[in-house]
Amino acid sequence: MAEAMQHYKPGEHPDLPPPRESVGPIAWVRQNLLSSPLNAALTIGSLYLLYLVLPPFLDWAIFSANWQEGTSRADCVKDGACWTMVRARFGQFIYGFYPQDERWRVNVAFLLFFVPVAALLIERVPGKRYFAIFLFAIYPVIAYILFYGGLGLQEVPTARWGGLMLTLILGAVGIVVSLPIGIVLALGRRSALPVISLICTGFIEFVRAVPLITVLFMASVMLPLFLPVGVTFDKLLRAMVGIALFGAAYMAEVVRGGLQAIPRGQYEGAMALGLNYWKMTGLIILPQALRIVIPGIVNTFIGLFKDTTLVLIIGLFELLGIVQAAARDANWIGLSREGFVFAALVFFIFCFGMSRYSQYLERRLHTGHKR
Amino acid sequence: MANATAAARSDMDVSDEVMIQMQGVHKWFGQFHVLKNIDLTVHKGERIVLCGPSGSGKSTLIRCINRLEEHQRGRIIVDNVELTHDLKNIEQVRREVGMVFQHFNLFPHLTVLENLTLAPIWVRKMPRAEAEKLARQYLERVRIPEQADKYPGQLSGGQQQRVAIARSLCMNPKVMLFDEPTSALDPEMIKEVLDVMIELARSGMTMICVTHEMGFARTVANRVIFMDGGEIIEANDPERFFNNPQSDRTKLFLSQILH
Repeated sequence: MAEAMQHYKPGEHPDLPPPRESVGPIAWVRQNLLSSPLNAALTIGSLYLLYLVLPPFLDWAIFSANWQEGTSRADCVKDGACWTMVRARFGQFIYGFYPQDERWRVNVAFLLFFVPVAALLIERVPGKRYFAIFLFAIYPVIAYILFYGGLGLQEVPTARWGGLMLTLILGAVGIVVSLPIGIVLALGRRSALPVISLICTGFIEFVRAVPLITVLFMASVMLPLFLPVGVTFDKLLRAMVGIALFGAAYMAEVVRGGLQAIPRGQYEGAMALGLNYWKMTGLIILPQALRIVIPGIVNTFIGLFKDTTLVLIIGLFELLGIVQAAARDANWIGLSREGFVFAALVFFIFCFGMSRYSQYLERRLHTGHKR
Repeated sequence: MANATAAARSDMDVSDEVMIQMQGVHKWFGQFHVLKNIDLTVHKGERIVLCGPSGSGKSTLIRCINRLEEHQRGRIIVDNVELTHDLKNIEQVRREVGMVFQHFNLFPHLTVLENLTLAPIWVRKMPRAEAEKLARQYLERVRIPEQADKYPGQLSGGQQQRVAIARSLCMNPKVMLFDEPTSALDPEMIKEVLDVMIELARSGMTMICVTHEMGFARTVANRVIFMDGGEIIEANDPERFFNNPQSDRTKLFLSQILH
C-alpha cells in the first residue's frame, strides 16, 4: 500500500509524482495483459497460439530455406522455402517482360518518381512547390517516354510491361487521378444545382454498384465493340481509366463524409468575409474536410492499390499475375507458396507504408481544435 | 428620429448618410413567417442594439443584411447596393459588412494570423506583408498580439471572439454586425469582449448588435430596437427604452431580463 499521505495547508499543496504502482513496465503488464482472470487466460492462450504458428513458419521461411542461386526446382535441396525460385525470377517479378537491356529506363523512371515524392512527404524538405510542379506537370511526360519509348528510345509495347512495375504504375496513376476526380464528384453531388448533383450522384451510384472486374471486362472487351473500326485504345490505358474512375467513385463518398462534418458556421464565417464559392471551398472547407477523412482516403488508396491485381483478368501480368505464372513454369512447378509469400511481402511493405504515413500526417495536421 | 437621438448624445456622431435601408422586408422559413414588414434605416455611425425573446427574428434580421439569409419580399439596400440574386452585389456587400458570430466561426486549421490575413489577401488582393502588418495592428487593438501564431483551438472563448472581431475589422468594413457575441462565453470572459466592442463603438463604427447585454446597450447604443414575433415592436434611445417602455410586450421582456 501507498504510504500515508502527508497533509498540507490549502494553497500550499505541491504537485506530487504519481504512485509507483501506476507507472513502469510491471504496471503496464499488469494493466494490459493480466487485468482480470479472463484477460490473463486470453494472454496465455494468445502466447500459446503464437508458439504453435511462429516457430514452424520462421523455420520454413528463414532457417531451413534455400537462399542459393539455381535454375530449377532440383537446386532446392533443403526442406524449407525455395527462395531460389524468387531469385531466379526476380527480374521478371519486378519488370515483367520488359526487355532486359531497357530495364534501366524503368529504374530511372521510378527514381525520378520516388525522390520528389519523398521530398513532398517529408516535412523538413524545402521547395515543395517545385517538386509538386515537377511531379504533376513534367514527370508524366518523362515517365511516358521512359516507359513506353520515343525520342530515340526503343518502343516497348505495354503488353510487355508487368510485375511490380506494372502494379506501381497502375496504383500510382489510380491514386493520383482518383483523388481530384473524387473531390470534384463529391462537391458536385452536394451542389445546389440539380443537374450537376444528379449527374455526379448517378455516376457515383452506378460505379459503386458494379464490381471492378465488370468495369475492367467492359473496358477491355466491350468498349472496342462500340468504337469505330480502326480506333483502338491501349489495353493498359483502358484498365487505368477503369481503375481511376472506379477509385474516384469511392473517393467521392469518402470526401463527402468529410464535407458533411464541416459545421455550417464555417461556411457562414467564410461567406461573411466575402469569399466566393471557390475560394471558400478551396481555402476553408476542403482543407478541413480532407484532413478529417485522411484515414478514409488512405484506406481507399490501399484498396485501390490491391485492386490492381484484378487486371490479371484482362491479361495484364502485374506482380501477383506474374508470380502465379512463375509457379506454372515446368522448372519451378508447384512452388506457388514462395511466390505468394513474396508477393504478400511486397504488397505489405507498400500498404503498411501508406498506412503509417497517414497516421503521421494526422498527428502533424492536428491543430488542437478537437479538444 | 436617429438625428434626434444623436443630438441627445453628443459624444458620438451619427451622420445623415444612410448606411442600411430595409423597406417592407418579409421572410419565411417554409410556412413560418419570421420577419414581418421590417422597416429600418441605419445611418452611418449608429450603434443599434437589437433585443427580444428567442425566436423573435432578431438574428434572422441581421443575417439578411449580409445575405446569409435571403429575404423574400421588400428591399434591402446596404451602402447603396441592393441585395438581389446578383452574386456580384452580394459579394460586394459582404466585403463591406463584417459579422461576428455567437460561436466565433474561426477557421480551426489556420493560425490566428492566417485567420486574419485570409480575406484581405484573397478578397482585397492585399500583398501578404501588408496584410500581416494590418492583422498585427488589429490583434494589438483587441489586446492579444502574443497569440498570433497559435491556433484558435488553443485560445479561450473570450480570446477567440476577440480574434473573430479582429478578423472582421481587417477587411476594414463600413458596418459591423454582432450576432449574440457573448452568449457562448463563460461569465468571466464576457467583459473582455464587451470592452473591445465598446471601444469599437467609440471609434465611430456603424454597429448592429443582437445581444442581451443591457449594460452594453445603455453604454454605447444610440437606439435600442425591441423585436417580438418577427416584428419591430419598439425602437427608442436607451434612456427612454429602459425607463419608459411604451408597449406591454417590451415591459414584460424588460421585467424578465432585468430581474
